[in-house]
Amino acid sequence: MYKILLRQDLVPNIHLFKLDAPAIARKAKPGQFVMVRIDEKGERIPLTIADWDRKEGSVTIVFMEVGTTTHRLATLKAGDSIANFVGPLGVPTHIEKFGTVVCVAGGFAVAVIMPIARAMKEKGNKVISIMGFRSKNLVFWEDELHRVSDQLIVTTDDGTYARKGLVTEPLKELLSSGQKIDWVIAIGPSVMMKFCAKTTEPFGVKTIVSLNPIMVDGTGMCGCCRVSVGGATKFACVDGPDFDGHQVDWDLLFARQKVYLDEEKRSFDEWLTKHKVNA
Amino acid sequence: MPKLNLNRVSMPRQDPRVRSKNFNEVALGYDAEQALAEASRCIQCPKHPCAEGCPVSVDIPDFIKALHEGNTPEAVRILKSKNALPGICGRVCPQETQCEVACTLEKRAAPIAIGRLERYVADWERAHKKALSTPFDLPKPTGKRVAVVGSGPAGLTCAADLAKMGHSVTIFEALHVAGGVLMYGIPEFRLPKEIVQGEVDYVASLGVELKLDSVIGKTDTVDELLGNGYDAVFLGTGAGLPMFLGVPGENLNGIYSANEFLTRVNLMKAYLFSRYDTPVKIGKKVAVIGGGNVAMDSARCALRLGADVVYVLYRRSKAEMPARHEEVENAEEEGIIFKFLTNPKRFLGNQQNSVAGVECHEMELGEPDESGRRRPIVKPGSEFTIDIDVAIVALGTTPNPLIASTTEGLKTTRQGTVVADETSGKTLKPKVWAGGDIVTGAATVISAMGAGKRAAASIDTYLRGLS
Repeated sequence: MYKILLRQDLVPNIHLFKLDAPAIARKAKPGQFVMVRIDEKGERIPLTIADWDRKEGSVTIVFMEVGTTTHRLATLKAGDSIANFVGPLGVPTHIEKFGTVVCVAGGFAVAVIMPIARAMKEKGNKVISIMGFRSKNLVFWEDELHRVSDQLIVTTDDGTYARKGLVTEPLKELLSSGQKIDWVIAIGPSVMMKFCAKTTEPFGVKTIVSLNPIMVDGTGMCGCCRVSVGGATKFACVDGPDFDGHQVDWDLLFARQKVYLDEEKRSFDEWLTKHKVNA
Repeated sequence: MPKLNLNRVSMPRQDPRVRSKNFNEVALGYDAEQALAEASRCIQCPKHPCAEGCPVSVDIPDFIKALHEGNTPEAVRILKSKNALPGICGRVCPQETQCEVACTLEKRAAPIAIGRLERYVADWERAHKKALSTPFDLPKPTGKRVAVVGSGPAGLTCAADLAKMGHSVTIFEALHVAGGVLMYGIPEFRLPKEIVQGEVDYVASLGVELKLDSVIGKTDTVDELLGNGYDAVFLGTGAGLPMFLGVPGENLNGIYSANEFLTRVNLMKAYLFSRYDTPVKIGKKVAVIGGGNVAMDSARCALRLGADVVYVLYRRSKAEMPARHEEVENAEEEGIIFKFLTNPKRFLGNQQNSVAGVECHEMELGEPDESGRRRPIVKPGSEFTIDIDVAIVALGTTPNPLIASTTEGLKTTRQGTVVADETSGKTLKPKVWAGGDIVTGAATVISAMGAGKRAAASIDTYLRGLS
């Protein structure tokens, strides 16, 4: 069992858990993920590591309430435990001194771009971060990301806070501004990553995305997470999750993410009914 | 002496029409009377050819004799002194090619049903656990520590033997339960998970420590284990990487590797969705590609989930199928449709990017290939399409590269298997042994157990040589 040491509600539907997991904390690197299973009946789901404290032996994850598992996770509080917490898995994000690096994060992914931006900054890169949210009430960690960035641009889809629009707009402006951009990392919802990659492609700037297909074991055993990159089938759990965004077959990713839509709805509806009865 | 009974006592099984709709065990096992009757057929021949056919050298005639004399606790002791997993072996070992084929009776009658008797003894012990004391007194601890990576049949056997020799053993398992392929691969109706858990618990009762959620190569590396006070490491991580056909359309929704399909159904209990959270697609028309035991398991699971029709597509003929004869027969009885000399050319999708059909070639058999089986050749112009909504690719597996790629000095072959001495399991890296599918490529439970046992003996010799 892995104990939740701390819970923070970053915004209404995005939560931070710090868990007691010294073995994972010892090894974690930016861009890696953990597999989480709440209890005997739970699914195994991948969550990207947001932070770690090797001394304390803790690992931090941030998740958004989407389906049954994440809603169930959100019912837990500090002091509770989850059954399984496995990692660190996947290939760490490639960190190097590139020059100027743009880190783009959509919504809850602000949490997972944090360690990457920090590591890029520590390597001596100029880090420009762009964080986008749907609306003002969902904005979190603006100061935190600013602290590890040389420049920070915030957008909201509805214009209720900071700049109105999508993250791709300031990204395009940066690329066309004449300053040299050497590397782009975009993490967030798949459609946002796709459009970031489409934005950078004409400029020929390498763009790394962190793919989030459905997984089961997370160690290369099942092939559930297969994605097509540059025409070759890859397993996101062991070959990724980071890939060259210009090479990803996005339509395949979108389709495979929807494979259990019916089952997920049924499971979630049943959970909601049960949960309301218990509440 | 009573007249020799030429026929073995048959074992009751669930009716095919009933069992094809549930996940309960198909074979029901002998009762005491049936076991006694079968045990009484053993002629106790002096040479014990059956024991020589057993990869873990169980003293087969001795345990059968004890059973025949009504001393079942003694039968348990004899069996478990060589085999830590008798409930598993009694169910899934291919006895027909190992101990039973060697039986003296085999020449003139049905051989003794050794597997069924082994199962009976193991199940009897489980039912009478409280009546028995620990069958073994563990020796004085040697103070030596061994890390066993992987808790499948090779790892469990190696760990149990080393513990019985007095060494301190820790098993590292990547998944959330121990048992490896016995838990995630072989279905409940062939090997109930309660049986596996019972035998894992037995190994733990010998003092073996189980560390779950530990992905060696990630959470720790082999070199870190050696640096952290382990005197030796045994690698029994199996062959976990699924092979795909490499044909167009293979990434469509509804196309699974057998590993994924079986892991969802067995390990994650998707057959109990939505009581359990993990879903699996329930196909109406399912095609399983392959001809091994894993293909049979996948087909029979798909049927039990509620498929109307399940095809097994195999590119050679029935004679070349690697699956156990018994499993093919079970599948046929349940209504699985075999399409031999059939090989997928591509998968066809619908608007939702889900699989809707498989276009196949008819094949014919040519000259034997390196495996000794006749090579399948495409019949030109023979394409035909089968409508399906789920496909399961069961072409076999290769070792997961996670450990080899993170362990310096470990030599692997082009197939990704770890190079190790066949007898001792010693790898080319000092203090590291390996056995089971990681060395041989996908094979049987019992051959992995044999490798685990031989490696344990070699590790023991090595550890006793250390001051």
